Amino acid sequence: MTGAQSDSQRFLDLLEQHGFNFFTGVPCSLFDGVTRILDRDPKYGYISAVREDSALGLAAGAYLGGRQPVVFMQNSGLGVSVNALVSLNQIYDIPTLLVVSWRGQGGQDAPEHLIMGDVMEDFLRLLKIPYALLEPATLERDVDALTRTMRDTRKPVALVVPKGTLQQ
Amino acid sequence: MQRDWLTIVCNGMIGRELYTHADAPSRFYMVGSMGLASSIGLGLALVQPSRTIVVLDGDGNVLMNMGALGSVAAAAPPNFFHVVFDNHAHGSTGDQCTISNRVPIETVAAAAGYRRTMRVHSAPELDHTLKEFFAEPGPAMLLVEVERGNKPGIGRVEPSPAELTARFRSNAVG
Repeated sequence: MTGAQSDSQRFLDLLEQHGFNFFTGVPCSLFDGVTRILDRDPKYGYISAVREDSALGLAAGAYLGGRQPVVFMQNSGLGVSVNALVSLNQIYDIPTLLVVSWRGQGGQDAPEHLIMGDVMEDFLRLLKIPYALLEPATLERDVDALTRTMRDTRKPVALVVPKGTLQQ
Repeated sequence: MQRDWLTIVCNGMIGRELYTHADAPSRFYMVGSMGLASSIGLGLALVQPSRTIVVLDGDGNVLMNMGALGSVAAAAPPNFFHVVFDNHAHGSTGDQCTISNRVPIETVAAAAGYRRTMRVHSAPELDHTLKEFFAEPGPAMLLVEVERGNKPGIGRVEPSPAELTARFRSNAVG
């Protein structure tokens, strides 16, 4: 596999085309392909954060300094991030694209992922975070719509990554 | 602090005191997301390398997200200056104890890899140290021992959080 031809590289290119220019987060095996590129290519300036809420803080600082951030995280990290999302991003109008893997989708995963996997969509709705499910066929349209919502509302939005889409 | 320095202030009384006594558009006051001031300051320092970034933090805040000290040290932005006011207490919830009387925060920062760390015990010592602190490259931490208690009559930060973002961002990017 070469980076330039992978789905992960195409995905990063798409984010850049939509103006995203600050990348941080915590890895997940479901988007391992993306993180490998981010770790390898210094042009992204990727910051490997210690926790997902700290990644949201880094992203907020980058936004305050003029960038448009993306934060990558496993859905377990949504739990860690609740307070940052509601008491930083949402009240301070700090737009951020969350790329969130969906561990535990359909109840088929390790035990620690089953409950969050089951409630994740309800959880995003409860936190009033608009989201789309990453599907290769509609990816460009979905990123376009999510980015527009994020810019119009100045709030975080989420792109949910199912198994098998960004692992290479 | 010079007014063109970009300052991130943690939640709690520290921000309310700064707002009351020395507000400026270059100062960003947090009201929630405790523990994240240093992360926000780091993100800002990385994308605004020509500006001096000051994070005003508290012991409770640093302890809540101590891993961020590692992030600062690893990224090592020379324009990052971390000032921690340490009263060994959670001031805005009633001065309940933290653990900073047993965990020296600047020693943790030094072990994580901050380029320089200092501790001051008194106001004269602070006056004497400040110039030196900001003169050399960061990331640097200045731990300032302070007494518990707050001045009476400290107000709340008046602009809304969204207004604070807009004015800070136009000042930082403008």
